[in-house]
Amino acid sequence: MGSIKDFLRNNIRQYAMLIALVFIMLFFQVSTEGILLVPMNVTNLVLQNAYVFILAIGMTLCILTGGNIDLSVGSVVAFVGALCGTFIVTMKMSVGLGIVLALGVGLAIGVWQGFWIAYVRLPAFIVTLAGMLTFRGLTTFMLKGLTIGPFPEVFQQISSGFLPDFLGSEESAFNVTTLFAGAALVFLYVLMQLRQRANRRRNGYESTPLALFAIKLALVVGVIAMASFWLASYRGVPIIFIIIGVLVIAYSFLTSSTVPGRYLYATGGNEKAAQLSGINTNKVLFLAYVNMGVLSAIAGIAVASRLNAASPLAGQNFELDAIAACFIGGASATGGIGTIGGAIIGALVMGVLNNGMSLLGIGSDIQQYVKGMVLLAAVAFDVISKRKAR
Amino acid sequence: MDDTILEMRNITKLFPGVRALDDVSFSVRRGEIHALVGENGAGKSTLMNVLGGVYPHGTYSGQLVFDGEECSFRTIHDCEKMGIVIIHQELALIPYLSIGENIFLGNERARREVIDWNETHRDSAKLLDLVGLKESTRTAVKDISVGKQQLVEIAKALSKNVRLLVLDEPTASLNEDDSEHLLRLLLELKAKGVTSILISHKLNEVVEVADTLTVLRDGATIETLDMASGGVDEDRIIKGMVGRDLVDRFPKREPKIGGVAFEIRDWNVFSPLNPERRVIKDVSLNVRKGEVVGLAGLMGAGRTELAMSVFGRSYGLRISGRAFKDGKEIELRRVRKAIDQGISYATEDRKSAGLNLIGDIRENITIAGLRKVAKRLVLDHDLEAGVAEEYRAKLKIRSTSIRQKAGNLSGGNQQKVVLSKWIFTKPDVLILDEPTRGIDVGAKYEIYTIINQLADEGKSVIFISSELPEILGISDRIYVMNDGRIVGEFAREEATQEGIMKCIMQSVRENGNGKH
Repeated sequence: MGSIKDFLRNNIRQYAMLIALVFIMLFFQVSTEGILLVPMNVTNLVLQNAYVFILAIGMTLCILTGGNIDLSVGSVVAFVGALCGTFIVTMKMSVGLGIVLALGVGLAIGVWQGFWIAYVRLPAFIVTLAGMLTFRGLTTFMLKGLTIGPFPEVFQQISSGFLPDFLGSEESAFNVTTLFAGAALVFLYVLMQLRQRANRRRNGYESTPLALFAIKLALVVGVIAMASFWLASYRGVPIIFIIIGVLVIAYSFLTSSTVPGRYLYATGGNEKAAQLSGINTNKVLFLAYVNMGVLSAIAGIAVASRLNAASPLAGQNFELDAIAACFIGGASATGGIGTIGGAIIGALVMGVLNNGMSLLGIGSDIQQYVKGMVLLAAVAFDVISKRKAR
Repeated sequence: MDDTILEMRNITKLFPGVRALDDVSFSVRRGEIHALVGENGAGKSTLMNVLGGVYPHGTYSGQLVFDGEECSFRTIHDCEKMGIVIIHQELALIPYLSIGENIFLGNERARREVIDWNETHRDSAKLLDLVGLKESTRTAVKDISVGKQQLVEIAKALSKNVRLLVLDEPTASLNEDDSEHLLRLLLELKAKGVTSILISHKLNEVVEVADTLTVLRDGATIETLDMASGGVDEDRIIKGMVGRDLVDRFPKREPKIGGVAFEIRDWNVFSPLNPERRVIKDVSLNVRKGEVVGLAGLMGAGRTELAMSVFGRSYGLRISGRAFKDGKEIELRRVRKAIDQGISYATEDRKSAGLNLIGDIRENITIAGLRKVAKRLVLDHDLEAGVAEEYRAKLKIRSTSIRQKAGNLSGGNQQKVVLSKWIFTKPDVLILDEPTRGIDVGAKYEIYTIINQLADEGKSVIFISSELPEILGISDRIYVMNDGRIVGEFAREEATQEGIMKCIMQSVRENGNGKH
C-alpha cells in the first residue's frame, strides 16, 4: 500500500509551490494588515490576472511538448483586441459576431504558427519570435497607432461583469446565488470523489490512504466554501471567473485523463519513443500551437473588455508572465513535466506578489526584481531537488 | 631499451552488473602492427577506452605501462601528450571547419591565442602529403569522402607526434580502394617507426598487415598469435573468437511452429542521409507462427534499418517491397498502422528511443496501446493501473511501484518495461532488437524466458542480436545479414557459430563491405 510519505514524495514539487503560495499570502495578509484577502481585493486580483491564467493554460501545453514556448501570445492578445475594436466599434458589428470572428482569427494564427513549428520543424522560439514582431506590427497598422473605444456594455461585461443575483434581493448582505453555486459545487465535488473511491474499492484497485483522502477532500471543500463566501460578500461571481474556472477544469481533465493529454506528456518525455509507439508527434505539436492561438484570442478579448478599448500597446510582456507562471508551477524546461494546476499556482504566486507589493506601495522596479528572483529560485529548487533524488 | 612499447597488465573494468574486462593483459611491441579482434561486446573498445583515458585512472584496476613508464591517464589529453592517439569509429572531425583547422584543432598553430593561418595551412599541407591525401587544406571536411576524412584523422594524429596509433574499425565504412590505401599507409607509418593497434572485423585485412594478433572474448584475453610466422589463417582466428561451449544459459522450449505469419519480399531501403545509397538490398524473409527467427550479423549489417523500415517506415527513404501477414498483403505506412496490424518493434536503443525516462512505469507500459485503457479518449486510470500492475508482476519488473520513473530502473528492468509495452499491444509479430544488450546474465535469462512464452502462445518473434551464442541459443531458424543483404539462412540444427561467422566473412570479402 502506498503510504502518505510515498505519495508526498511523488508530488512534492507541486505541494512545495502550493505551500510557498500559502506563505506568501500569509506574509502579505499580515503586512498589509488584512487588506490582501478582503473580498474586493481578491476579486480584483482575479480580474487583473485573468489573462495570465488563460495564457498559462495554453503555454503549459506548448511547454509539455518539449519545452517549446510561445513568445507571440502578447502580440496576439493585442492583435485580437484590435480586431474586436475594428469589428465591433468601428464596423458596428454585433458583439457575438465580433467575438466569433476574433476567435476564428486566433485559431488561424495557431494553425499558421503550428504549421511552421510542427511540419516544417522550425524552432518554436524563432517562429513565435517572428509572430511577436509581425502581430505587433499588424496591430499598430490596423489601429493606425490609435486607441479605439469604448466597447458596448455587453462586451465590457466579459471582464467587469458579475453573475446577476437571481435569488437574492437588493438588501441582502450576501450574493445569495453565489452562495448557492458554491454549495452546489461542494456537493458535486464530494459526490464525485466518493463515487470514484467506491468504484475503485469495488474493482479492487489501490486507492489513496483514507486519511489523505479525507484531508484532501476537506481542503478542497474549505477552499471552495471560503472562495464563494468571499465572492458573495462583495459583488458575486465575476463572469471572467467562470470562464477561467471552466478552462482550468477542462484543461486539467484533458491533460490528466485523456488520450491526447497523455500524448502531450509522451511527446515531451521522449519524442523518438513516442513516435515509435505510434504517436503522430507532429500532430501533437501542431495542435498544441493551434490551441495556444485560440486561448490567446480568448485572453485578447478579455483584455480588450477590461481596458474597454483596443490599444496598440496592449499585451506587452504577457508572454513572459505566462511562461514564468508555468515554470514557477513546476513545468520542465525540456518538456514532459508540468500540470495545469501547477501553472495556475504559478500564476497566483506572481499575481499575489504583484498585488501585495502594490498594496504595500512598493514600486514596479522592485516588483520586477522580486518576481525575477522568485522565478530563478523556483526553478533552481526544482533542478537541485531532482538531482538529489537521483 | 625494452622493445615493448605498451603493456596493459591485469586490467579489470566493471560496469554495473557487467564485468566488461576481466583481468586482461595485453602487450604491444615497438614498431609493430598489432591487431585486436573479437566479437561485438568482447571488450575491445572498453580496453581502448581504458588506454585512451576515456575511463580515467582509478575507475579500473590494473597497470598501464607505456614506454617503460607507468601511466595514470585522467583525460584524453594526458594520453595524447604521451603520443598515444586513438581514432574512433565515429570520426571526431568538425564538418564545417576546413581540413587545416581540423588537423590542428585543440593544438592550434598560434601565438598568444592568435592563429597563424599561413603556418596552419603550410604544416597541414605537409601532413596531407605524408598520408597521401590530395586535397586543399582549406576544403571543408564535410565536402570530402569518409575515406579521406579517415586520412585527415591520421594526419591529425601525426601532428601530435604520435608514437602509438590506435584505429578502431577504420575500414568499416570505406570502399575497397580506400581501405587498400589506408592499409598501405599503416605499413608506411610502420616503416617510419609508428606502432599501430588495429581493431577490425575484416579478418582478411588483419591477416594482410598485422604482425601480431590478440583475440578478446567475453572481456578476457584468449590468445596472442604471431602472424609473421605464417600458418595463421582466418579460420584459425574465428575459432579463437567464438570457441566457447554453449552452457545451459538458455531456457528450453519445444517449438510448435505453424504457418507463415509474416513475410516481406524484395524489400529495398535507401539511406535518409544519402538518398542514392541503398541500405537494404532485396531482402526477403518470413517468420512462422510460434517461431523465433534470429537475425545475425555484425554491427552495421543493416538489421536495425531493416526492422525499422518495416515498422511503419521509421527509417529510410524510397522504401519498396511488399509485406504479407497471414498471406494477405498489408500496408505499413505509419507506425500506428503497423501496430494496428499486430506488428511490434522493440528498439535496440531503449534509453533514447524506447522509453520515456521521466515517465513512470505505468505510462510507459500503456503508451503504445493507450486506447485499450480509454473509453472514447478518456482514460480509465484504474484500469490502466491494473494493466501496469499485471505486467509488473508477470514480467517481474523489480520496482517500488508502478509509479516509479522508468529512468530510475536498472537496464534489465527497463527492458522488461519495453517488452511489457509491446506485449500489451497484443502483437502477432514482435521484432526485438538487441533486447539483452547491456543487461546482466540473470535478467537475460528472464528475457529469454519471456521470448519463449511468447512463441509458445503462437506469436512470431524476430530476434536481432550481435551475440552469436544468444542467437543460436534461442532461435528456431537464423538469417544472416551483411551489408544490407540476407547472405545466409540456417535451420537450428545446422547452425554453428563458425558457420555463421564464415558466412559473414565470406560476404565481407565478396562485397568489400561498404562498396555500393
